[in-house]
Amino acid sequence: MLTVHAYDVIVIGSGPAGLAAAVSAKKNGVNSVLVIDRDVEPGGILLQCVHSGFGLETFGEDLPGPSYAQRYILEAESQKINLLMDTMVLDITSDFVVTVSNETIGVQRLQAKAIVLAMGCRERSRAQIRIPGTRPAGVYTAGTAQRWVNVEGLMPGKNFVILGSGDIGMIMARRLSLEGARVNRVVEIMPYLNGLSRNYVQCLQDYDIPLFLNHTINKILGKKRVEAVEVVRVDQNRKVQPETAEIIPCDTLLLSVGLIPENELTRKIGVSMDPITGGAIVDNCFETSIPGIFVAGNVVHVYDLVDYVSQDGTTAGKYAASFIQCNWNSNRRKIPVIVEEPLRYVVPQKICPDTLRESAIRLLMRVSYPMEYPVQVSLFTDQKEILNKTYPYVRPGEMVSIQIPKSAYDLIMASQEVRLKVLRKE
Amino acid sequence: MTNSQNLICVTCPRGCSLTISYDDQDQITITGNQCKRGAAYAKAELSDPRRMIASTVRIRGGIHKMLPISTNAPFPKGKIMNLMAFLKSVEISAPVKMGDILIENVLNTGIAMVASRNMEKID
Amino acid sequence: MDSYDVVIIGAGVVGCLTARFLSRYQLRILVIEKESDVGAGTSSANSALIHAGYDPLPGTLKAALNVRGNEMWDQLADELDFDFERCGDYVAAIGEDEFQQLQILKRQGEQNGVPGLKILSVDEIRKRIPNINPEVSGALFAPTAGICDTFAVTIAAAENAQMNGVMFRFDTCFESFLVEKHRIVGIRTDRGDIRCQWVINAAGLYADEVMHQAGSHPEFMIHPRRGEYCVFDPACFQIDTVLFPVPSEKGKGVLFFKTTHGNTIVGPTSEFVDCKEDKAVSVTGLRYLEEQMQRLIPGADLRWTIASFSGLRASGNAICTNSDVDYSGDFLIESDKTVKGLIHCAGIESPGLSASPAIAERICLLLEQSGFEMIEKPYWNPRRKRRPCFRHLTNEERNELIAQDPRYGRIVCRCEMVTEGEIAAEIHAPIPARTYDAIKRRTWCGTGRCQGGFDMIRVVEILTRELNLSSEKISKNGPGSEFIFSETKNQRSGQC
Repeated sequence: MLTVHAYDVIVIGSGPAGLAAAVSAKKNGVNSVLVIDRDVEPGGILLQCVHSGFGLETFGEDLPGPSYAQRYILEAESQKINLLMDTMVLDITSDFVVTVSNETIGVQRLQAKAIVLAMGCRERSRAQIRIPGTRPAGVYTAGTAQRWVNVEGLMPGKNFVILGSGDIGMIMARRLSLEGARVNRVVEIMPYLNGLSRNYVQCLQDYDIPLFLNHTINKILGKKRVEAVEVVRVDQNRKVQPETAEIIPCDTLLLSVGLIPENELTRKIGVSMDPITGGAIVDNCFETSIPGIFVAGNVVHVYDLVDYVSQDGTTAGKYAASFIQCNWNSNRRKIPVIVEEPLRYVVPQKICPDTLRESAIRLLMRVSYPMEYPVQVSLFTDQKEILNKTYPYVRPGEMVSIQIPKSAYDLIMASQEVRLKVLRKE
Repeated sequence: MTNSQNLICVTCPRGCSLTISYDDQDQITITGNQCKRGAAYAKAELSDPRRMIASTVRIRGGIHKMLPISTNAPFPKGKIMNLMAFLKSVEISAPVKMGDILIENVLNTGIAMVASRNMEKID
Repeated sequence: MDSYDVVIIGAGVVGCLTARFLSRYQLRILVIEKESDVGAGTSSANSALIHAGYDPLPGTLKAALNVRGNEMWDQLADELDFDFERCGDYVAAIGEDEFQQLQILKRQGEQNGVPGLKILSVDEIRKRIPNINPEVSGALFAPTAGICDTFAVTIAAAENAQMNGVMFRFDTCFESFLVEKHRIVGIRTDRGDIRCQWVINAAGLYADEVMHQAGSHPEFMIHPRRGEYCVFDPACFQIDTVLFPVPSEKGKGVLFFKTTHGNTIVGPTSEFVDCKEDKAVSVTGLRYLEEQMQRLIPGADLRWTIASFSGLRASGNAICTNSDVDYSGDFLIESDKTVKGLIHCAGIESPGLSASPAIAERICLLLEQSGFEMIEKPYWNPRRKRRPCFRHLTNEERNELIAQDPRYGRIVCRCEMVTEGEIAAEIHAPIPARTYDAIKRRTWCGTGRCQGGFDMIRVVEILTRELNLSSEKISKNGPGSEFIFSETKNQRSGQC
């Protein structure tokens, strides 16, 4: 029989979400917290994000990714959180048994009283966007290249083309340029930039890297190693216009074409999922459809600010603590949060009006298409608009947030749902 | 007659669109910024553009071969590639603590290169 | 100069099985392969089906060797310890018109000697495959058809051959024959000359060119025919069988098949291409698959796929040696008519994999008939054991393995649950895996949803360590496909 070890809270994933959840659970009175991660050290993907731009919200400082992670790692250490590194989780059951495997303890079963899933996300690969052509070496996701360059100190190419104008793609364009590689261009299928505009300035403009909007890669050429890519223009329906094809010689194609929450384990447990976010359906305590199974960070939906990841991780950890301390009502009332086009999704998808007594609730949304003019995001109860917020513009690449203050407690309590709309501001 | 120029502020993720207008006396007005840092950025961008630079250096005796590092202040844009060339010759030994100053006054800029994380010495 | 009794050109499934069958005799045998691994050409991408044998035209070599080959797979799978499942296959008739063709196929199969063929009613096929096109009018069921893992078969055959003394030389390309007095005395390769008495041409797509080097069959040509496939994410779509449409003049058509790894695959397309290395996936190909697959299973969606790949069939124009049959696309398996000491097996397209053990058997027979002295070894071992596969073990078995070698506890590929122990074992196996693709084929590492997103870096690192090479030498599939150019912060990197 396999040995069974018991913990109060087990957190899967030691990125910013997992560490924040673990620290928060501990600070809220949980005795034993275990964080499991497949990497050899805690910190998650932040460790390979050597660029700065993290922590402005949380620490009021512009930190490099490893420094942001380091602060949480130090806090986890001071809180005596158990870390189980270089360990893969094979299985989780709805009664909180976590089966793990590593070199030193082998395959073991761990028993928790509550679980926080914080596995982050993975990158969309070539297969998901189905780029035709050969299958040579030299087609990598931006994150793979990032780890090679920043952690392993290895250069996976000399002459790059990058597909996708998300932040990781642009940041890698700069990073590779700094390391002496040539980045021929960044190609984006949409008519707009997919990442932050400041990254366009400091990652592409600064290094004279051209950005081709409304373009995509139509073909990969090369037998053993990438030799070139075929770049084509697309029309407004994203249909390829073959007559515009241009062969761009390069030895490496980096893909920065989106992230997918890593929810294989979540699905296996049987948690209800949101097909749009690719993550679990959650309430504002970050509890899933299975009581005691909490989720935090990019496993819920893809964030664009790590500060929010940590904050929501903190929330998840706090309520995981409440769950095992039995001051938890699993039948507490929840009301749905509904979004209307052009809002594509909202997280959390449900809120517990009760919790407004203790703290405000932040709702995070994404729009389906950019609106380059002032807009008003409004929140309605059954009866009326109770608050709104003006944005100078909204874009799919930048999350929209709105906060329900504690003062709205009575109005929300009386409502059957909460509804969000975006309207052009006249 | 006033002239104007557009910039995107890179100070924070908000990325404000700034407009810099010059009047006849070459007096500058900056609009579009949502905070004070935006105005400072625009002024600097016109006279002495700088960027925070993050990179890596070789490290001996650590868990990884490379240590992430960063400038402790925005670095003159024109000298970035010189900085990168210089970093090729640097090798650090573990252990290192986050914030440790690894190189002082790099390329006589008055700016230091600091470690972005802790890295223990391993056997 | 090296000297052998037999040199086999090509380490595909035919070359490796031939080596393995010949390894029972007291012969010095060498297999040469232009790629860095076994099974890297036609054997690397096909439907992995063991056909029952109702499809080839009666009287052809394809028909005879398909049916004979099919009989041999149970013993082969048992001896070489690879996954093989006789799951049977279905040909579904959509609409009344196609129903007639099932009868024709059944009769053809019976003529070829295929046992157990049965025509199923609409109700029966709907019961067995509930999501099939509602317009289905019936189906032919062939219980002897099966599925296998082509990589595993080729690797197992090569390993067993190696255990019995056969030598392998990779990254070595045939150039010409050394002939004296109309008799083969050796071959010239890009890595030097090799002396030998016999050469077996199992060069797959290049078998025609090898043949022409000997001056034979100038009219025989191999025209590569590309087949594109898409692999479904098992969480989105699975079918627990093999399902063909009714064949047309273009071939067996686009089918759905399950694999021994639990994925379902749709394909192949069928398109003649000019280049023998053109394993590209095309927009038109994907569109064709999308369209064709709807005929069998409406609603199947290519958005559920996690990978697409293509393979090349070595389609030849050999005229059937049986003069009663009018067919020019048969296997060409014969002793060379102009020089002594050379046997060709060419034009090995479908049902080539199914027939491969029978082809190997036939080559042994051709050698014997030529008067070549073949004495059986007293100690030949026909058996080879597979190495442990973590994901198929119970937790108790896993822990026993980890106790012996802790690396079996470290999972490198999350999606397919492949451990470092398995990867290291393949790197040090009798036929060593020395590239990323070689490891992928053997362990299934990197074939899941994330398509190498997590494991690739780790596998490169393990290869670097286990082969004691620098990272720049680690490749996807041999020289020219290296992953890494240099170290960062290298004085030579960059111009600054």
